[in-house]
Amino acid sequence: MHADPFQLGPLADITATEFHAPLNLGASTPVQQMHWLRKMIEIRCAEEKIGDEFGKKVIKCPCHLVIGQEAPAVGMADHIRDGDRVFGAHRSHAHFLSVGGTLHQLLAEVLGKDTGCSRGMGGSMHLLDRAHNFHGSVPIVGATIPIATGAALAAQMDRRGEIAVSFLGDGATEEGVFHESLNFASRFKLPVIYVVENNLFSSHLHISLRQPFDSTCRFAHAHGVAWQRVDGNDIVAMSAAAGQAIAAARTGQGPQLIEAVTYRWRGHVGDREDNDVGVARKEGLVEWKKRDPIGRLARAMIAAGHLAETQLERITAEYRDAVEAAWAQASADPYPANETLFSRVYAPNPA
Amino acid sequence: MTNYGSALREGFAYLLKNHPEVFTIGQGLWSPWYVGNSMTHLDKDFGPERVIDTPVSELATTGAALGAALSGKRPIVIHPRVDFFLLGVDQLVNQAAKWRHMFGGQVSVPLVVRAIINRGGEQGAQHSQALHAWFAHVPGLRVVMPSTVADARDLLIAATLGDDPVMLIDDRWLYELEADLPPVNPALRLADVKPRVERTGTDVTLVACSYSSQLCRLAAETLTKEGIFAEVIDLRVINPLDTSAVAESVRKTGRLLAVDGDWSTCGLAGEVIASVAEKLPPTVFKSAPRRITLPDAPAPTSKPLEKAYYFDSTHVAAAARQLLGRS
Repeated sequence: MHADPFQLGPLADITATEFHAPLNLGASTPVQQMHWLRKMIEIRCAEEKIGDEFGKKVIKCPCHLVIGQEAPAVGMADHIRDGDRVFGAHRSHAHFLSVGGTLHQLLAEVLGKDTGCSRGMGGSMHLLDRAHNFHGSVPIVGATIPIATGAALAAQMDRRGEIAVSFLGDGATEEGVFHESLNFASRFKLPVIYVVENNLFSSHLHISLRQPFDSTCRFAHAHGVAWQRVDGNDIVAMSAAAGQAIAAARTGQGPQLIEAVTYRWRGHVGDREDNDVGVARKEGLVEWKKRDPIGRLARAMIAAGHLAETQLERITAEYRDAVEAAWAQASADPYPANETLFSRVYAPNPA
Repeated sequence: MTNYGSALREGFAYLLKNHPEVFTIGQGLWSPWYVGNSMTHLDKDFGPERVIDTPVSELATTGAALGAALSGKRPIVIHPRVDFFLLGVDQLVNQAAKWRHMFGGQVSVPLVVRAIINRGGEQGAQHSQALHAWFAHVPGLRVVMPSTVADARDLLIAATLGDDPVMLIDDRWLYELEADLPPVNPALRLADVKPRVERTGTDVTLVACSYSSQLCRLAAETLTKEGIFAEVIDLRVINPLDTSAVAESVRKTGRLLAVDGDWSTCGLAGEVIASVAEKLPPTVFKSAPRRITLPDAPAPTSKPLEKAYYFDSTHVAAAARQLLGRS
């Protein structure tokens, strides 16, 4: 556990070059490393495609791209099992894909197609895949924090060792409901893990313009919630932290908070990098790209002899092709029928 | 005889006894006095794990109940005053009411929020509001306003066992109302609960919900003695709002008086009048429809101002007489 819950320290310091180095693979296995690599590449390829099509105005719904911060979702998903309940927010494509949602269901959803994960009624900001334990993402900031807390309350009542996960951003820690939820979860010792993906920005505003300190761990500390801070661009560290927090929650040790420090490469919404919007991001972005979670893993795997350069290119090409195939299928799929405007407002009431 | 408050408690006891997936959560549930007699000692009978008193966190509590509702439970959230529930509204309006629709019908939210109108007694502007028209504005949210002893119990049960989010608002001024309770009908579905013609009449249609329905019943008694026969319709559920029974009644009486213990502008009474007017040819109306509501001002505090602010059954009767051209 980091000593200071108030300050991110070197993790947020763009001059700290130690975060450019290949990852320390620790005790992870080559199979595990390959899974991480493939999943993060899949997510990035999907996001790049969505960004391209958004830029061309083929995709029209607001899309919040996760490029650069793929690792926290993938690391958490390592430890999710059936019966657990994962909730996302506005930037949740990675959360959806990391637990097992398909490229086709995601792309169809952002196109508003009937074959999408939310039957074309949600778009990018309302994703669902209950078969893979993903129980919903919504863009009202902070809204799924108490919902995940309540899923943990139900899990505690059911006594099957299930847990809930709430993915949120640093902006959501400024909502009152975050604090209400941490207090509530701590009071009832609920099996919930709050994963704060602290990418230092909420929309255009840097955290230094929103909060007096840059680490959100201090809120966990205040509510008696166990916390860990990790390099959110280090999949090895992220998966280890996730495993530790989830195991603690499963065994009745109460709520956990993981602050994963990361950075988004694109703007708040859409495909652009937004270097010209609000606070200057340009210098930070150049440095943060040197902390690329995929590049750092790949270089470590190559150094360890677990990956060849040509193999990396092949994997990337494979996922680009998979994305294109899913895109072609989603583009040809039908939109929801007009009657769906009304047919799901209330539960069916068969005679 | 059972009173309205005890009937609510019977509804909770029935649900907690027969449905292990039901629990209730909110502020004051371990206090014997906080929500009238409607939940007394439920925690002792069913345990603090299923009758949960909470931190002072309306939004987290409502959201947590929603999360539990997505996870196989049927929670009933208690807000001892509607006014305080405004701190929790995002979870009901942005979330609960929309999850089925925006996730393509794959999600059910069997969540009940029970909030209480608790006014009078010089409590002032922040302890007196009704606000049901706000909630009835939202598609996907069923809004239930029981006005009888039996409905207090039975609509709570039907709301909890249904698969939609429900805002159930009861009025503290009804708690002493007494009636005999029939056995519970476990098959009652909220979607089948329609407005009820409580009293048939030929001269004027009085339509209301909750405590205002009780005022209409009392006014109709008075009017009968004067040879004016009022038809009284209790709406019971105000979203989705079904005014077909009201239109049929007005087709017969030609006169419509909508009564509502809430503000007038964009309110329930105006909505009832508009939707009935759309359903009927203008020649049906023997006089222009009328509404009685609270004045468009926050509630006052002092006793004399409260007397001027709230209407009672004599105001309802007087307005009905005016519709008939009598004074």
